[in-house]
Order: sequence, then structure tokens, then C-alpha cells
Amino acid sequence: MALSGLAFVGFVLGHMYGNLKAFSGHDAFNEYAHHLRELGEPMLPHMGFIWIMRGGLLLALIIHVACAIELTRRAKKARPVKYVVKKHTGAIPASRLMRWGGLTLFLFIVWHLVNFTFGKVNVQGGSTDDPYNLLVDTFDVWWMTLIYLAAMAMLGAHLHHGVWSSMQTLGLTGTAEARARVKTISFAIAILIAGGFSLVPIAVLTGLIER
Amino acid sequence: MNLTLKIWRQTDAVDKGKIHTYEVAGISQDMSFLEMLDVLNEQLNELGEEPIAFDSDCREGICGMCSLMINGEPHGPEVTTTCQLHMRSFNDGDTITIEPWRSGAFPVVKDLVVDRSAFDRIIQSGGYISANTGSAPEANSVPVPRDNAVRAFNVATCIGCGACVAACPNGSASLFLGAKITHLGELPQGQPERWSRVVDMTAQHDYEGFGGCTNIGECAAACPKEIPLDVISQLNRDLRTAMKHGH
Ligand code: HEM
Ligand code: SF4
Ligand code: FES
Repeated sequence: MALSGLAFVGFVLGHMYGNLKAFSGHDAFNEYAHHLRELGEPMLPHMGFIWIMRGGLLLALIIHVACAIELTRRAKKARPVKYVVKKHTGAIPASRLMRWGGLTLFLFIVWHLVNFTFGKVNVQGGSTDDPYNLLVDTFDVWWMTLIYLAAMAMLGAHLHHGVWSSMQTLGLTGTAEARARVKTISFAIAILIAGGFSLVPIAVLTGLIER
Repeated sequence: MNLTLKIWRQTDAVDKGKIHTYEVAGISQDMSFLEMLDVLNEQLNELGEEPIAFDSDCREGICGMCSLMINGEPHGPEVTTTCQLHMRSFNDGDTITIEPWRSGAFPVVKDLVVDRSAFDRIIQSGGYISANTGSAPEANSVPVPRDNAVRAFNVATCIGCGACVAACPNGSASLFLGAKITHLGELPQGQPERWSRVVDMTAQHDYEGFGGCTNIGECAAACPKEIPLDVISQLNRDLRTAMKHGH
């Protein structure tokens, strides 16, 4: 769970960096997207890097989801009779949102891949062969931006608890100071990633980024 | 003070059980929570009704027997055991819901009494230090560095009450387990069995049906002895090292 989650954090940071290229304009963004496909050539075949990443992410996803299902199953069995009244003193809301949040993120990722990668859906009906233009066309539609922003809020919550939790699982928070430090870092990473991803859709919707 | 009590009643382990409502009057602020229940039980005795079964032993906060979920919090609103909780933490006219610990590994015996022998079996699986019998060794022959001694003492205060399990949304006993692992793992005497201990105790924990920890932290907030979350990090770290050592 912890290792696959951290693999996602690494990916998401790289992905966010790529997205922010949209601020450098049409050519820079597309060139970056194109470059990803050629990365490692001639050592790797065309699209080699992308397929290695896809393979790794798929593996991480399978591990992450399998662990989540197993933990949920164990938790259900461990408390067959529910409390009539239960408070949640000591828990941050994000920590109790992980299972629903993970499911939401999964649905989002499916849509996201249909949207930009495998399906290439332009909700405005325009062309889909130009990554930059597809991105702008997508986020010019207010409800698409809204869906993405909601997903990013969920991602932020997931990371807020997830990053801390992975450090604790790896046994790296053995003192009160280390715990406080890691909790601050988790919050910062959550804000950085959710915020960083949100910039592009917001910039498109407000006209800061246009075709 | 006058109170409305909603209490879980269950005649035995197979009964389905349900919440009953009782009224108590004239409760003093200085009574402990258990004394308040004693008052209710005397009332029930006089009416010829079955008194409410609940656990207690020392009534001074050291044995870990008392175990009540009070208004959704193990041991109630203060950081202490139920026996050391006083009625001044409540207000006149309050409604208080009292339930047993809810854990598949702690089956209800009767009313508010649960069977916590799962904890004993976890201890039996490795929560000890093997020593040869014979004359007692000289106390200072094994020096313990101060920081290790302090941490071992701090986590040794765990009284095995099970509030951590009761609070945990996953029904995990990781705080209890972590406290025991850290306590013995900090001491030189605990080293020879350190790696087999963590593996065996964790296996027993899982076998008993406790849930997996997702680091939510409600356990540490509920613990009357303020065992900190870092014992769970220690548990995970020791488990990782043990696996590296081939256990
Ligand atoms: C507002 C946030 C996001 C935006 C604007 C965005 C944008 C994009 C774009 C434009 C592409 C296609 C790139 C190309 O054609 O080369 C893409 C691909 C992808 N995105 Fe996102 N993304 C966002 C968030 C996320 C998140 C949170 C995840 C996962 C946790 C994610 C996972 C992926 C994956 C797996 C791909 C496909 C990579 C591939 O196999 O080609 N994205 N994204
Ligand atoms: S860790 Fe705290 S809550 Fe858990 S059994 Fe020990 S004393 Fe009770
Ligand atoms: S009765 Fe012993 S701790 Fe409460």
C-alpha cells in the first residue's frame, strides 16, 4: 500500500510538472508531450518510456487496490456489530475518506484516460489530435473544470493522509518530532499537488491559457 | 444530577442484544462513572430486575478491566479510564449512551462485559522475555541507557484495556501491539527474542481477527495511558527488520 502509493506520488509530481508546461504555450506543451514518447530513444523503442511507465503504474494500481480491498475486508470482519454512537476523536477527516476517496479517484482516472489518452474525447466536438488544443477545449467547458477540480480536492485529501500513513507504515516516524514533521510535509505535498494540478484548468477557464 | 442512560443489554453471548433506557436521579458530581452505575444497579436490584453487568477491578486506573464506550468514546470524554472518570465531566439532564467494546476479537459475554483473552494470547505468543530460573541476577549487571529506559517505561504503562481497539475504525490492536513491542524492544533483555517476537505477536494479532492499521490515530486519542502513535511506527520498523533477518 505504502510503496505503491509513493509510486503514485512520484508519478503525479512528474505529471503535474508536464501539465504546467501549458503555461509556456501551445508549442512547449506539445513538444513536451511528444518528447515523452521519444524519451530514451534509441536505447528504448518509440513510446518505450511511456509503456514502461504505464506498466509500472498499472502494477502499482493493482497492488494499491488489492491492499485496499483486503484492509476493508479485515476492518469489516473486525467489527461485526456497529456502535450506536461513535465519535472520531483524533482522526482527521481525510483519513476516514480514504476508501470512498480512492474509489472516486479510480473513477476519475478512468474518465481521465478516456478523455485524454485512449479515447481522446473532445467534449466541444473539436479535433483531438493536438494535446494542447484538446486540453484547452476540455477546460473551457465549466463543468469539465469542475469535475477535475473536485477530483483534485479528493486527491489532496487522499495525499494529506496517505503520505503520512506511508511513512508510518515504513516505520520512519518513530518519535513525536518525526511524526509532527511528516504530518506537515504530507499537508504541504497535498496542497502542492492538488493546487498545482488545479492551476491549468482554472487558467483555461479564466482565459489565462487559450488556444 | 439527573441523567438518562441508554445502555446496551445482552443476556449472553448468543443473544442479539439491544439498547435499554434508564433514568437515574440524585447523582453526585463527585461520583465516579462506575459508582454512578452502581447506583443504577441498586435501583434495579430493588425493582427485582437483573443488574447491568460491567467489568471493573482496581477502580484506580491501573488494571485495565473497566471498559465502556461512553457517548462514542472509549472510557468517555476524558483521557483516563472509566473508573477514574467522574460525573463532573457530565451535565445535569445529559443523555449518556453506554456500549461494550465492539470488536469481533472481543466477543460480548454479557451486557457491557467483553472477553479480552485475545490480548492474553497475543502476549503468550511472544510478549515476554525468557529467563533461566535460579538466583536473581545482580540488578545493575545489565546497564540500560537512560533514553531506552524512559521510552520502555513510558510504553510499559499500557494496561491492556483495549480502548485502542474499541476506538479504531479498522478494529486494529496495533497500538497495544506496538506498545508491547516497543517496551521489550527498548531493553537489552528483550533483544535475543526481538525479531521472532514481533513476527509471532503480529501473526497472533491477525489470527485473532483484529483489523489492519491504516494510521488513522483514534487509538492514541482514546488511550487512557497516552501511548503515542510512534509505537506503531516502531512495530512496523521491527517487522521490516525481522523480515530482513529472514523471520
Ligand atoms: C487537473 C488535473 C490533471 C490534468 C489537467 C491532467 C492532464 C492530462 C493530460 C493532458 C494527459 C495526456 C498527456 C498526453 O497526451 O501526452 C494526461 C494523461 C494521464 N494522466 Fe492526467 N491530468 C490530471 C490529473 C491526473 C491524476 C490525478 C492522475 C492519477 C493519479 C492522472 C493520471 C494520468 C495518466 C495515468 C495519464 C496517461 C499517461 C499515459 O499512459 O499516456 N492525471 N493527463
Ligand atoms: S495501548 Fe492504551 S488503549 Fe490500548 S490497551 Fe494499552 S492502555 Fe489500553
Ligand atoms: S477498574 Fe482497573 S483500570 Fe478501571
